Amino acid sequence: MQKNHLIELLTQKDNRKKKSKIPARLDFLQSATGAVLVLFIMFHLLFESSILLGKDAMYALTKAFELDFVFKGGEPLFIAFLAFGVFVVFILHALLAMRKFPSSYREYSAYRLHSQMIQHEDTSLWFIQITTGFMMFFLGSIHLYTMMTQPDKIGPFASADRIYSDTMWPMYLLLLVSVVLHASVGLYRLIIKWGWGERQKSKWMIKAATIFYLGIGLVSLGAYMKIGYEHRGEYGKRYTVEANR
Amino acid sequence: MHRVYEDGGREIVLTIFRHNPNDEDSIPHFQDYPIIERPGMTLYIALTQIYTSMDHDVSFDFVCRAGICGSCAMVVNGKPRLACRTLTSEFSEGKITLLPLPTFQHIKDLSVDTGTFMNAMTKRVEGWIVNNSPQDISTIEKPIDPELSDEIFELDRCIECGICLASCATKVMRPNFVGAVGLNRVARFSLDPHDSRSDEEFYELIGDDEGIFGCMSFMGCQDHCPKHLPLQKQIAYMRNKMVKVC
Repeated sequence: MQKNHLIELLTQKDNRKKKSKIPARLDFLQSATGAVLVLFIMFHLLFESSILLGKDAMYALTKAFELDFVFKGGEPLFIAFLAFGVFVVFILHALLAMRKFPSSYREYSAYRLHSQMIQHEDTSLWFIQITTGFMMFFLGSIHLYTMMTQPDKIGPFASADRIYSDTMWPMYLLLLVSVVLHASVGLYRLIIKWGWGERQKSKWMIKAATIFYLGIGLVSLGAYMKIGYEHRGEYGKRYTVEANR
Repeated sequence: MHRVYEDGGREIVLTIFRHNPNDEDSIPHFQDYPIIERPGMTLYIALTQIYTSMDHDVSFDFVCRAGICGSCAMVVNGKPRLACRTLTSEFSEGKITLLPLPTFQHIKDLSVDTGTFMNAMTKRVEGWIVNNSPQDISTIEKPIDPELSDEIFELDRCIECGICLASCATKVMRPNFVGAVGLNRVARFSLDPHDSRSDEEFYELIGDDEGIFGCMSFMGCQDHCPKHLPLQKQIAYMRNKMVKVC
Protein backbone atom coordinates (compact mmCIF):
# COMPACT_ATOMS: atom_id res chain seq x y z
CA MET A 1 0.00 0.00 0.00
CA GLN A 2 1.22 3.49 -0.84
CA LYS A 3 2.53 5.52 2.08
CA ASN A 4 0.32 8.49 1.15
CA HIS A 5 -2.76 6.30 1.56
CA LEU A 6 -1.53 5.17 4.96
CA ILE A 7 -1.09 8.80 6.00
CA GLU A 8 -4.69 9.50 4.99
CA LEU A 9 -5.87 6.41 6.86
CA LEU A 10 -4.17 7.57 10.05
CA THR A 11 -4.75 11.34 9.89
CA GLN A 12 -7.73 11.78 7.51
CA LYS A 13 -5.45 14.17 5.62
CA ASP A 14 -2.85 13.74 2.87
CA ASN A 15 0.92 14.14 3.17
CA ARG A 16 0.51 17.93 2.75
CA LYS A 17 -1.93 17.90 5.73
CA LYS A 18 -4.79 18.71 3.37
CA LYS A 19 -8.27 17.20 3.33
CA SER A 20 -9.22 14.94 0.45
CA LYS A 21 -11.14 16.61 -2.37
CA ILE A 22 -12.96 13.36 -3.11
CA PRO A 23 -16.05 14.20 -0.96
CA ALA A 24 -16.56 17.40 -3.00
CA ARG A 25 -16.26 15.49 -6.27
CA LEU A 26 -18.62 12.75 -5.08
CA ASP A 27 -21.19 15.33 -3.97
CA PHE A 28 -20.99 17.14 -7.31
CA LEU A 29 -21.12 13.89 -9.31
CA GLN A 30 -24.16 12.66 -7.38
CA SER A 31 -25.99 15.84 -8.31
CA ALA A 32 -24.71 15.85 -11.90
CA THR A 33 -25.70 12.23 -12.59
CA GLY A 34 -29.06 12.85 -10.93
CA ALA A 35 -29.66 15.93 -13.10
CA VAL A 36 -28.77 13.98 -16.26
CA LEU A 37 -31.16 11.18 -15.29
CA VAL A 38 -33.97 13.64 -14.48
CA LEU A 39 -33.57 15.27 -17.89
CA PHE A 40 -33.45 11.88 -19.56
CA ILE A 41 -36.59 10.61 -17.85
CA MET A 42 -38.52 13.81 -18.63
CA PHE A 43 -37.91 13.30 -22.35
CA HIS A 44 -38.24 9.51 -22.18
CA LEU A 45 -41.73 9.69 -20.69
CA LEU A 46 -42.78 12.27 -23.27
CA PHE A 47 -41.44 10.10 -26.09
CA GLU A 48 -43.03 6.88 -24.87
CA SER A 49 -46.36 8.68 -24.47
CA SER A 50 -46.29 9.40 -28.21
CA ILE A 51 -48.46 6.29 -28.42
CA LEU A 52 -51.30 8.59 -27.29
CA LEU A 53 -50.92 10.42 -30.63
CA GLY A 54 -51.33 7.13 -32.48
CA LYS A 55 -49.31 4.10 -33.51
CA ASP A 56 -47.81 5.94 -36.50
CA ALA A 57 -46.42 8.70 -34.28
CA MET A 58 -44.83 6.21 -31.88
CA TYR A 59 -43.45 4.15 -34.78
CA ALA A 60 -41.97 7.25 -36.47
CA LEU A 61 -40.29 8.33 -33.22
CA THR A 62 -38.87 4.84 -32.64
CA LYS A 63 -37.43 4.78 -36.13
CA ALA A 64 -35.98 8.28 -35.66
CA PHE A 65 -34.09 7.00 -32.59
CA GLU A 66 -32.85 4.11 -34.75
CA LEU A 67 -31.53 6.82 -37.12
CA ASP A 68 -33.64 5.66 -40.07
CA PHE A 69 -32.92 9.01 -41.73
CA VAL A 70 -29.31 7.83 -42.02
CA PHE A 71 -29.64 4.04 -42.16
CA LYS A 72 -32.53 2.73 -44.23
CA GLY A 73 -35.03 0.94 -42.01
CA GLY A 74 -33.22 2.09 -38.86
CA GLU A 75 -30.54 0.45 -36.74
CA PRO A 76 -31.79 -0.73 -33.27
CA LEU A 77 -28.20 -0.96 -32.08
CA PHE A 78 -28.25 2.80 -31.47
CA ILE A 79 -31.01 2.27 -28.91
CA ALA A 80 -28.80 -0.36 -27.22
CA PHE A 81 -25.91 2.14 -27.11
CA LEU A 82 -28.17 4.80 -25.64
CA ALA A 83 -29.50 2.33 -23.05
CA PHE A 84 -25.94 1.35 -22.18
CA GLY A 85 -24.97 5.00 -21.68
CA VAL A 86 -27.99 5.56 -19.43
CA PHE A 87 -27.18 2.35 -17.53
CA VAL A 88 -23.65 3.61 -16.80
CA VAL A 89 -24.98 6.94 -15.45
CA PHE A 90 -27.72 5.06 -13.56
CA ILE A 91 -25.21 2.74 -11.83
CA LEU A 92 -22.89 5.64 -11.04
CA HIS A 93 -25.77 7.63 -9.53
CA ALA A 94 -26.93 4.62 -7.48
CA LEU A 95 -23.39 4.08 -6.22
CA LEU A 96 -23.01 7.71 -5.18
CA ALA A 97 -26.49 8.02 -3.67
CA MET A 98 -25.95 4.89 -1.57
CA ARG A 99 -23.55 6.95 0.57
CA LYS A 100 -26.57 8.77 1.93
CA PHE A 101 -28.78 5.76 2.70
CA PRO A 102 -29.25 4.86 6.37
CA SER A 103 -26.37 2.46 6.98
CA SER A 104 -27.69 0.74 10.10
CA TYR A 105 -30.90 0.07 11.99
CA ARG A 106 -29.92 2.81 14.44
CA GLU A 107 -29.74 5.39 11.65
CA TYR A 108 -32.95 4.13 10.02
CA SER A 109 -34.84 4.11 13.29
CA ALA A 110 -33.52 7.56 14.26
CA TYR A 111 -34.70 8.96 10.92
CA ARG A 112 -38.16 7.34 11.08
CA LEU A 113 -38.85 8.36 14.69
CA HIS A 114 -37.60 11.88 14.05
CA SER A 115 -39.67 12.15 10.88
CA GLN A 116 -42.82 10.95 12.67
CA MET A 117 -42.21 13.36 15.53
CA ILE A 118 -41.46 16.49 13.54
CA GLN A 119 -44.07 16.02 10.76
CA HIS A 120 -42.02 18.07 8.32
CA GLU A 121 -42.75 17.63 4.61
CA ASP A 122 -39.19 17.89 3.25
CA THR A 123 -37.96 15.45 5.90
CA SER A 124 -40.76 12.97 5.14
CA LEU A 125 -40.04 13.21 1.39
CA TRP A 126 -36.69 11.54 1.97
CA PHE A 127 -38.47 8.30 2.84
CA ILE A 128 -40.04 8.38 -0.63
CA GLN A 129 -36.64 9.21 -2.12
CA ILE A 130 -34.80 6.27 -0.53
CA THR A 131 -37.67 3.79 -0.98
CA THR A 132 -38.13 4.56 -4.68
CA GLY A 133 -34.36 4.68 -5.13
CA PHE A 134 -34.03 1.22 -3.63
CA MET A 135 -36.84 -0.14 -5.82
CA MET A 136 -35.16 1.25 -8.91
CA PHE A 137 -31.94 -0.64 -8.21
CA PHE A 138 -33.93 -3.64 -9.47
CA LEU A 139 -36.72 -2.24 -11.64
CA GLY A 140 -34.48 0.19 -13.54
CA SER A 141 -31.90 -2.52 -14.12
CA ILE A 142 -34.51 -4.91 -15.55
CA HIS A 143 -35.79 -2.27 -17.97
CA LEU A 144 -32.36 -1.05 -19.06
CA TYR A 145 -31.06 -4.61 -19.53
CA THR A 146 -34.08 -5.39 -21.72
CA MET A 147 -33.43 -2.29 -23.81
CA MET A 148 -29.74 -3.14 -24.17
CA THR A 149 -30.33 -6.75 -25.20
CA GLN A 150 -33.58 -6.43 -27.17
CA PRO A 151 -33.45 -2.94 -28.73
CA ASP A 152 -35.30 -4.24 -31.79
CA LYS A 153 -38.40 -4.98 -29.71
CA ILE A 154 -39.57 -1.39 -29.46
CA GLY A 155 -42.60 -0.22 -31.42
CA PRO A 156 -46.39 0.03 -31.17
CA PHE A 157 -46.89 -3.76 -31.28
CA ALA A 158 -43.51 -4.94 -29.94
CA SER A 159 -43.71 -2.72 -26.84
CA ALA A 160 -47.40 -3.54 -26.29
CA ASP A 161 -46.66 -7.29 -26.56
CA ARG A 162 -43.84 -6.94 -24.04
CA ILE A 163 -46.07 -5.05 -21.63
CA TYR A 164 -49.24 -7.14 -21.99
CA SER A 165 -48.41 -10.63 -23.31
CA ASP A 166 -45.01 -10.90 -21.58
CA THR A 167 -46.70 -9.70 -18.34
CA MET A 168 -44.21 -6.90 -17.83
CA TRP A 169 -46.93 -4.38 -16.92
CA PRO A 170 -46.69 -4.81 -13.12
CA MET A 171 -42.96 -4.08 -13.35
CA TYR A 172 -43.57 -1.04 -15.57
CA LEU A 173 -46.33 0.24 -13.29
CA LEU A 174 -44.04 0.12 -10.25
CA LEU A 175 -41.13 1.53 -12.27
CA LEU A 176 -43.24 4.43 -13.53
CA VAL A 177 -44.40 5.45 -10.05
CA SER A 178 -40.90 4.99 -8.60
CA VAL A 179 -39.07 6.89 -11.31
CA VAL A 180 -41.47 9.85 -11.38
CA LEU A 181 -41.51 10.25 -7.59
CA HIS A 182 -37.76 9.76 -7.27
CA ALA A 183 -36.97 12.21 -10.07
CA SER A 184 -39.40 14.79 -8.66
CA VAL A 185 -38.06 14.73 -5.11
CA GLY A 186 -34.50 14.52 -6.45
CA LEU A 187 -34.96 17.56 -8.69
CA TYR A 188 -36.46 19.53 -5.79
CA ARG A 189 -33.47 18.63 -3.62
CA LEU A 190 -31.06 19.66 -6.38
CA ILE A 191 -32.72 23.07 -6.65
CA ILE A 192 -32.49 23.82 -2.94
CA LYS A 193 -29.13 22.12 -2.49
CA TRP A 194 -27.38 24.32 -5.04
CA GLY A 195 -29.60 27.38 -4.64
CA TRP A 196 -30.93 27.30 -8.20
CA GLY A 197 -34.38 28.68 -7.48
CA GLU A 198 -36.96 29.90 -5.03
CA ARG A 199 -38.02 27.04 -2.80
CA GLN A 200 -41.81 27.28 -2.58
CA LYS A 201 -42.22 28.12 -6.26
CA SER A 202 -39.97 25.20 -7.21
CA LYS A 203 -41.94 22.86 -4.99
CA TRP A 204 -45.23 23.95 -6.54
CA MET A 205 -43.91 23.55 -10.10
CA ILE A 206 -42.42 20.13 -9.35
CA LYS A 207 -45.68 18.94 -7.79
CA ALA A 208 -47.51 19.99 -10.98
CA ALA A 209 -44.88 18.23 -13.13
CA THR A 210 -45.20 15.07 -11.00
CA ILE A 211 -48.95 14.92 -11.60
CA PHE A 212 -48.43 15.58 -15.31
CA TYR A 213 -45.79 12.88 -15.76
CA LEU A 214 -47.63 10.33 -13.63
CA GLY A 215 -50.75 11.11 -15.64
CA ILE A 216 -49.25 10.71 -19.11
CA GLY A 217 -47.27 7.69 -17.91
CA LEU A 218 -50.32 5.87 -16.58
CA VAL A 219 -52.50 6.72 -19.59
CA SER A 220 -49.71 5.59 -21.95
CA LEU A 221 -49.29 2.34 -20.04
CA GLY A 222 -53.05 1.83 -20.36
CA ALA A 223 -52.80 2.50 -24.12
CA TYR A 224 -50.02 -0.10 -24.52
CA MET A 225 -52.10 -2.57 -22.48
CA LYS A 226 -55.08 -2.03 -24.77
CA ILE A 227 -52.97 -2.47 -27.92
CA GLY A 228 -51.29 -5.54 -26.39
CA TYR A 229 -54.65 -7.08 -25.53
CA GLU A 230 -56.00 -6.51 -29.04
CA HIS A 231 -52.75 -7.78 -30.56
CA ARG A 232 -52.41 -10.88 -28.34
CA GLY A 233 -53.47 -13.21 -31.17
CA GLU A 234 -50.62 -11.94 -33.35
CA TYR A 235 -47.97 -11.85 -30.67
CA GLY A 236 -44.53 -11.09 -32.12
CA LYS A 237 -45.79 -9.60 -35.35
CA ARG A 238 -44.23 -6.18 -35.95
CA TYR A 239 -45.95 -2.97 -36.82
CA THR A 240 -45.62 -1.48 -40.29
CA VAL A 241 -47.13 1.78 -41.43
CA GLU A 242 -48.44 0.19 -44.64
CA ALA A 243 -50.23 -2.67 -42.83
CA ASN A 244 -51.98 -0.19 -40.60
CA ARG A 245 -53.49 1.76 -43.50
CA MET B 1 -63.59 19.98 26.03
CA HIS B 2 -61.55 22.04 28.43
CA ARG B 3 -63.25 24.28 30.96
CA VAL B 4 -63.14 28.03 30.18
CA TYR B 5 -63.23 30.34 33.19
CA GLU B 6 -65.13 33.63 33.42
CA ASP B 7 -61.93 35.69 33.30
CA GLY B 8 -61.00 34.15 29.94
CA GLY B 9 -58.65 31.52 31.30
CA ARG B 10 -59.05 27.96 30.12
CA GLU B 11 -57.75 24.70 31.49
CA ILE B 12 -54.80 23.32 29.55
CA VAL B 13 -52.59 20.29 30.14
CA LEU B 14 -48.82 20.31 29.75
CA THR B 15 -47.40 16.81 29.36
CA ILE B 16 -43.73 16.89 30.25
CA PHE B 17 -41.05 14.29 29.61
CA ARG B 18 -39.50 13.41 32.95
CA HIS B 19 -36.19 11.66 33.33
CA ASN B 20 -32.89 12.10 35.05
CA PRO B 21 -30.20 10.11 33.21
CA ASN B 22 -27.84 10.63 36.15
CA ASP B 23 -30.21 8.87 38.54
CA GLU B 24 -30.15 5.08 38.13
CA ASP B 25 -33.64 4.79 39.61
CA SER B 26 -35.15 7.33 37.21
CA ILE B 27 -37.55 5.77 34.69
CA PRO B 28 -38.33 7.89 31.60
CA HIS B 29 -42.02 8.81 31.65
CA PHE B 30 -44.50 11.57 30.84
CA GLN B 31 -46.24 13.58 33.53
CA ASP B 32 -49.39 15.68 33.08
CA TYR B 33 -49.68 19.15 34.63
CA PRO B 34 -53.14 20.75 34.33
CA ILE B 35 -52.95 24.53 34.66
CA ILE B 36 -55.17 27.56 33.98
CA GLU B 37 -54.11 29.44 30.89
CA ARG B 38 -54.07 33.21 31.16
CA PRO B 39 -54.05 35.74 28.28
CA GLY B 40 -50.61 36.13 26.73
CA MET B 41 -49.26 33.09 28.54
CA THR B 42 -46.07 31.68 27.01
CA LEU B 43 -44.75 28.19 27.60
CA TYR B 44 -42.01 29.73 29.69
CA ILE B 45 -44.64 31.33 31.97
CA ALA B 46 -46.58 28.06 32.11
CA LEU B 47 -43.45 26.12 33.06
CA THR B 48 -42.53 28.68 35.70
CA GLN B 49 -46.02 28.35 37.15
CA ILE B 50 -45.65 24.57 37.29
CA TYR B 51 -42.22 24.90 38.89
CA THR B 52 -43.30 27.42 41.54
CA SER B 53 -46.73 26.06 42.46
CA MET B 54 -46.92 22.39 41.46
CA ASP B 55 -43.60 20.59 41.10
CA HIS B 56 -40.31 22.03 42.24
CA ASP B 57 -38.46 19.05 40.80
CA VAL B 58 -39.22 19.71 37.12
CA SER B 59 -36.15 20.99 35.23
CA PHE B 60 -36.02 23.35 32.27
CA ASP B 61 -33.61 26.04 31.05
CA PHE B 62 -34.16 29.74 30.52
CA VAL B 63 -32.24 33.00 30.81
CA CYS B 64 -33.53 35.97 28.84
CA ARG B 65 -37.27 35.18 28.40
CA ALA B 66 -37.18 37.23 25.18
CA GLY B 67 -35.98 34.90 22.42
CA ILE B 68 -32.41 36.17 22.55
CA CYS B 69 -30.40 33.66 24.58
CA GLY B 70 -31.73 30.44 23.01
CA SER B 71 -31.66 28.56 26.33
CA CYS B 72 -35.33 27.52 26.45
CA ALA B 73 -35.40 25.55 23.18
CA MET B 74 -37.47 22.36 23.50
CA VAL B 75 -39.73 20.16 21.41
CA VAL B 76 -43.32 21.42 21.56
CA ASN B 77 -45.90 19.02 20.15
CA GLY B 78 -43.21 17.55 17.90
CA LYS B 79 -41.71 20.85 16.74
CA PRO B 80 -38.47 22.29 18.16
CA ARG B 81 -39.26 25.83 19.38
CA LEU B 82 -38.32 28.44 21.98
CA ALA B 83 -40.57 28.15 25.06
CA CYS B 84 -40.41 31.89 25.71
CA ARG B 85 -41.65 32.68 22.20
CA THR B 86 -44.46 30.12 22.13
CA LEU B 87 -47.92 31.15 23.27
CA THR B 88 -50.03 28.42 24.87
CA SER B 89 -53.04 29.86 23.01
CA GLU B 90 -51.53 28.55 19.73
CA PHE B 91 -52.70 25.07 20.75
CA SER B 92 -56.46 25.12 20.39
CA GLU B 93 -56.97 21.70 21.98
CA GLY B 94 -55.11 22.81 25.09
CA LYS B 95 -52.81 19.79 25.08
CA ILE B 96 -49.10 20.52 24.90
CA THR B 97 -46.42 17.84 25.01
CA LEU B 98 -42.89 18.98 25.85
CA LEU B 99 -39.68 17.05 25.18
CA PRO B 100 -36.02 17.97 25.58
CA LEU B 101 -34.15 18.79 22.37
CA PRO B 102 -32.83 15.61 20.73
CA THR B 103 -29.20 15.43 19.49
CA PHE B 104 -27.84 17.10 22.66
CA GLN B 105 -26.70 15.56 25.91
CA HIS B 106 -29.74 15.22 28.15
CA ILE B 107 -29.32 16.73 31.62
CA LYS B 108 -32.77 16.27 33.17
CA ASP B 109 -36.42 16.55 32.06
CA LEU B 110 -36.45 19.43 29.52
CA SER B 111 -32.90 20.53 30.20
CA VAL B 112 -30.11 19.69 27.74
CA ASP B 113 -26.46 20.67 27.36
CA THR B 114 -26.11 22.67 24.14
CA GLY B 115 -22.96 24.41 25.36
CA THR B 116 -20.60 21.47 24.95
CA PHE B 117 -21.61 21.01 21.30
CA MET B 118 -21.54 24.74 20.50
CA ASN B 119 -18.11 25.10 22.07
CA ALA B 120 -16.74 22.14 20.11
CA MET B 121 -18.43 23.37 16.91
CA THR B 122 -16.88 26.84 17.29
CA LYS B 123 -13.43 25.31 17.66
CA ARG B 124 -14.03 22.89 14.82
CA VAL B 125 -15.06 25.54 12.28
CA GLU B 126 -12.71 28.14 13.82
CA GLY B 127 -15.67 30.46 14.23
CA TRP B 128 -13.76 33.67 14.69
CA ILE B 129 -12.00 36.27 12.55
CA VAL B 130 -8.70 34.94 11.24
CA ASN B 131 -6.33 37.51 9.78
CA ASN B 132 -2.62 36.99 9.92
CA SER B 133 -1.63 40.29 8.35
CA PRO B 134 -0.15 42.88 10.77
CA GLN B 135 -2.89 44.83 12.57
CA ASP B 136 -2.52 48.36 13.91
CA ILE B 137 -5.08 48.69 16.70
CA SER B 138 -4.49 52.46 16.94
CA THR B 139 -6.12 52.98 13.51
CA ILE B 140 -9.79 52.71 12.60
CA GLU B 141 -10.83 49.32 11.30
CA LYS B 142 -11.20 49.04 7.53
CA PRO B 143 -14.81 49.97 6.66
CA ILE B 144 -17.18 47.44 5.08
CA ASP B 145 -19.77 48.13 2.42
CA PRO B 146 -23.05 48.72 4.34
CA GLU B 147 -24.98 46.15 2.28
CA LEU B 148 -22.36 43.50 2.93
CA SER B 149 -22.29 44.49 6.56
CA ASP B 150 -26.08 43.98 6.79
CA GLU B 151 -25.67 40.56 5.20
CA ILE B 152 -23.03 39.59 7.76
CA PHE B 153 -25.03 40.94 10.71
CA GLU B 154 -28.07 39.01 9.46
CA LEU B 155 -26.10 35.75 9.90
CA ASP B 156 -24.78 36.97 13.24
CA ARG B 157 -28.34 36.91 14.56
CA CYS B 158 -27.94 33.16 15.23
CA ILE B 159 -28.54 32.57 18.95
CA GLU B 160 -27.18 29.00 18.94
CA CYS B 161 -30.36 27.65 20.46
CA GLY B 162 -29.78 24.24 18.82
CA ILE B 163 -33.19 24.13 17.12
CA CYS B 164 -31.61 23.73 13.67
CA LEU B 165 -29.79 20.62 14.89
CA ALA B 166 -32.81 19.15 16.66
CA SER B 167 -34.84 19.69 13.46
CA CYS B 168 -32.24 18.06 11.20
CA ALA B 169 -32.70 14.41 10.22
CA THR B 170 -29.06 14.22 9.14
CA LYS B 171 -27.90 15.30 12.59
CA VAL B 172 -30.27 12.82 14.25
CA MET B 173 -28.83 9.99 12.13
CA ARG B 174 -25.19 11.13 12.05
CA PRO B 175 -24.17 12.76 15.33
CA ASN B 176 -20.86 14.12 13.99
CA PHE B 177 -22.61 16.34 11.43
CA VAL B 178 -21.71 19.99 12.08
CA GLY B 179 -25.24 21.18 11.25
CA ALA B 180 -26.66 24.44 9.97
CA VAL B 181 -25.37 26.38 12.96
CA GLY B 182 -21.77 25.50 12.04
CA LEU B 183 -22.21 26.00 8.30
CA ASN B 184 -23.92 29.35 8.89
CA ARG B 185 -20.99 30.39 11.06
CA VAL B 186 -18.49 29.54 8.31
CA ALA B 187 -20.62 31.38 5.73
CA ARG B 188 -20.61 34.42 8.01
CA PHE B 189 -16.81 34.56 8.20
CA SER B 190 -16.31 33.73 4.53
CA LEU B 191 -18.37 36.86 3.73
CA ASP B 192 -16.42 39.06 6.12
CA PRO B 193 -13.58 41.02 4.42
CA HIS B 194 -11.84 41.27 7.81
CA ASP B 195 -11.28 37.53 7.62
CA SER B 196 -8.39 36.64 5.33
CA ARG B 197 -9.12 32.92 5.02
CA SER B 198 -9.34 31.54 1.49
CA ASP B 199 -11.93 29.04 0.26
CA GLU B 200 -9.20 26.38 0.40
CA GLU B 201 -8.77 27.10 4.10
CA PHE B 202 -12.51 26.92 4.72
CA TYR B 203 -12.52 23.60 2.85
CA GLU B 204 -10.13 22.23 5.46
CA LEU B 205 -12.77 23.02 8.10
CA ILE B 206 -16.00 21.78 6.47
CA GLY B 207 -15.01 19.94 3.27
CA ASP B 208 -16.21 16.46 4.24
CA ASP B 209 -19.29 14.32 4.89
CA GLU B 210 -19.51 15.61 8.46
CA GLY B 211 -19.46 19.15 7.13
CA ILE B 212 -21.01 20.75 4.06
CA PHE B 213 -21.27 17.52 2.04
CA GLY B 214 -23.19 15.79 4.83
CA CYS B 215 -26.17 18.13 4.44
CA MET B 216 -29.01 16.37 2.63
CA SER B 217 -31.17 19.48 2.26
CA PHE B 218 -34.03 18.36 4.51
CA MET B 219 -34.57 22.04 5.37
CA GLY B 220 -35.74 21.28 8.90
CA CYS B 221 -33.17 23.87 10.03
CA GLN B 222 -34.59 26.74 8.01
CA ASP B 223 -38.23 25.84 8.64
CA HIS B 224 -37.81 25.77 12.43
CA CYS B 225 -35.18 28.48 12.99
CA PRO B 226 -36.77 30.91 15.50
CA LYS B 227 -34.70 33.77 14.07
CA HIS B 228 -35.77 32.98 10.48
CA LEU B 229 -32.19 32.90 9.23
CA PRO B 230 -31.67 32.21 5.49
CA LEU B 231 -29.96 28.88 6.18
CA GLN B 232 -30.77 27.23 2.85
CA LYS B 233 -29.15 30.11 0.97
CA GLN B 234 -26.04 30.02 3.17
CA ILE B 235 -25.60 26.26 2.91
CA ALA B 236 -26.03 26.40 -0.90
CA TYR B 237 -23.56 29.31 -1.01
CA MET B 238 -20.94 27.34 0.94
CA ARG B 239 -21.55 24.15 -1.06
CA ASN B 240 -20.99 25.99 -4.35
CA LYS B 241 -17.81 27.56 -2.96
CA MET B 242 -16.45 24.29 -1.58
CA VAL B 243 -17.07 22.33 -4.79
CA LYS B 244 -15.19 24.98 -6.76
CA VAL B 245 -12.12 24.42 -4.55
CA CYS B 246 -11.50 21.10 -6.34
